[in-house]
Amino acid sequence: MSYFSEIFHGIKTLLTGMGVTGKYFLNSRKGAITQQYPDNRDTLKMFDRFRGEVIMPHDVNNEHTCTGCQKCEIACPNGSIEIIWDRGIDEHSGKKKKKIDKFVYHLSLCTMCGLCIDVCPTDAIKWGQNFENSVYDRTQLTRVLNKPGSKLRPGVED
Amino acid sequence: MEDTTVKSNFKSEEYFINMGPQHPATHGVLRLLLTIDGEIIKKVEPDLGYIHRSIEKMCERDSYQQIVHLTDRMDYLSANINNEAVCLCVEKALEMEIPERVKVIRTIIGELTRISSHCLWWGVMGMDVGALTTFFYGFRDRELLNDIFEETCGARLTMNYNVPGGLMFDIHPNFVSRVKEFITHFKTKIPEYDRLLTDNVIFHKRTKGVGVLSREDAISFGASGPVGRGSGYSCDVRKYHPYSALSQVDFNEAIRTEGDTFARYSVRIQEMWESLSIVEQLIDNIPEGDFRIPTKAVIKLPKGEYFQRVETARGELGVYIISTGTKSPYRLKFRSPGFSNLSLLNHIAVGGKIGDLVATMATLDLVIPDIDR
Repeated sequence: MSYFSEIFHGIKTLLTGMGVTGKYFLNSRKGAITQQYPDNRDTLKMFDRFRGEVIMPHDVNNEHTCTGCQKCEIACPNGSIEIIWDRGIDEHSGKKKKKIDKFVYHLSLCTMCGLCIDVCPTDAIKWGQNFENSVYDRTQLTRVLNKPGSKLRPGVED
Repeated sequence: MEDTTVKSNFKSEEYFINMGPQHPATHGVLRLLLTIDGEIIKKVEPDLGYIHRSIEKMCERDSYQQIVHLTDRMDYLSANINNEAVCLCVEKALEMEIPERVKVIRTIIGELTRISSHCLWWGVMGMDVGALTTFFYGFRDRELLNDIFEETCGARLTMNYNVPGGLMFDIHPNFVSRVKEFITHFKTKIPEYDRLLTDNVIFHKRTKGVGVLSREDAISFGASGPVGRGSGYSCDVRKYHPYSALSQVDFNEAIRTEGDTFARYSVRIQEMWESLSIVEQLIDNIPEGDFRIPTKAVIKLPKGEYFQRVETARGELGVYIISTGTKSPYRLKFRSPGFSNLSLLNHIAVGGKIGDLVATMATLDLVIPDIDR
């Protein structure tokens, strides 16, 4: 007797499980969370805090706020940031002042820990939303973040 | 007389095969050297080192802020709890008073991480014993949690949200409503998990009485987390050494006494309920206050030795720092739960079949980067 009851119990549990999958099969349009990437590229918006890559925003006058204090370079655990700096004459005060020549960012070394952006005193760098970083040659992942001819926005001190 | 001739004609011979390092059921790059007789396992020897990145050595080079992001890469499924462990240890050494708000947020995100880790484990556990559907269901619910983490922490997996002294930024305005949405959603999903897999008769046949670990063995092998609790060993660090806001909440330690694969499975399902209840108790009353206490740019711990233990999704994680007063630790040791849990695999898998080994390993819930570090 217990032999048959075991069989019936087994069939019952299997049917219960199939009930769950069957419910989803019939309601497959509802509650589907799959994103149709890359077809939804135009409408895809990442969250504000999403860590895609480090970028340096420039304003309309081609000015950034990086003073070259190198705090980000020290904070970076992997050496993803290299700042090549120089001393130049400041136009306003006429004194010798540190300024960045090149802000080199190695995306291929970056672990997106966010310590550089956390430590930046002038908010010169922030997170970009781009996450499509496939390239044919890894040297393309080394970027110079300050645009050519850009300079420090007047009045920014560290 | 005839019997012996039969035996000599069908002489069995022990032989050994490699399982892994690329075997899909080893959840990463774990290589198992199996000595088997037919399909009966005689010996299991784990061979480690395929994903060793010398994180402990790198910690001796890094500053205390930088160490935190390395712990993301150990047990990546409970990344936030690992971060918390290092931060708590550093804060303990500096004797910092952490605001209540930080403690509560850390606990909420830690418990959500535990649920997300168990979701993934549940999906993979079903897949290991041959039920493909569970994988998609587990990942579906985990995806909602990942969105919550991404919105607040900025990353889905390697969050690096904790810093010594608090949190990197405050929670996102949507955080509370999203978590509440998740709680109501997930409360309907766990019974579904039960109907689909827990009550399934085939699953019972595959798991009950398989890979039995007694309480004494669990203690002597240093098992912790759901593996220990599945054998009736009460070892929840959250109960015995509460950290962050865990002393304020009321929850039960999930314990089963059978010690087999199904007991470990049930413990984890029960833990999902408990974690949900912890989050539910805390989410409505996150205290106001600072989310971060400013520390010095270069943190130097006083000379001495510091230890902090937390309960990750896999068991007890210990962080042991020896400081000589410089900006980086003299030595940093992680006591990872996965390593101890792997050590008992040979003990419980011997005598079983290869299929049972896969089911047993699934409930040990191994994360290989946590074992190798």
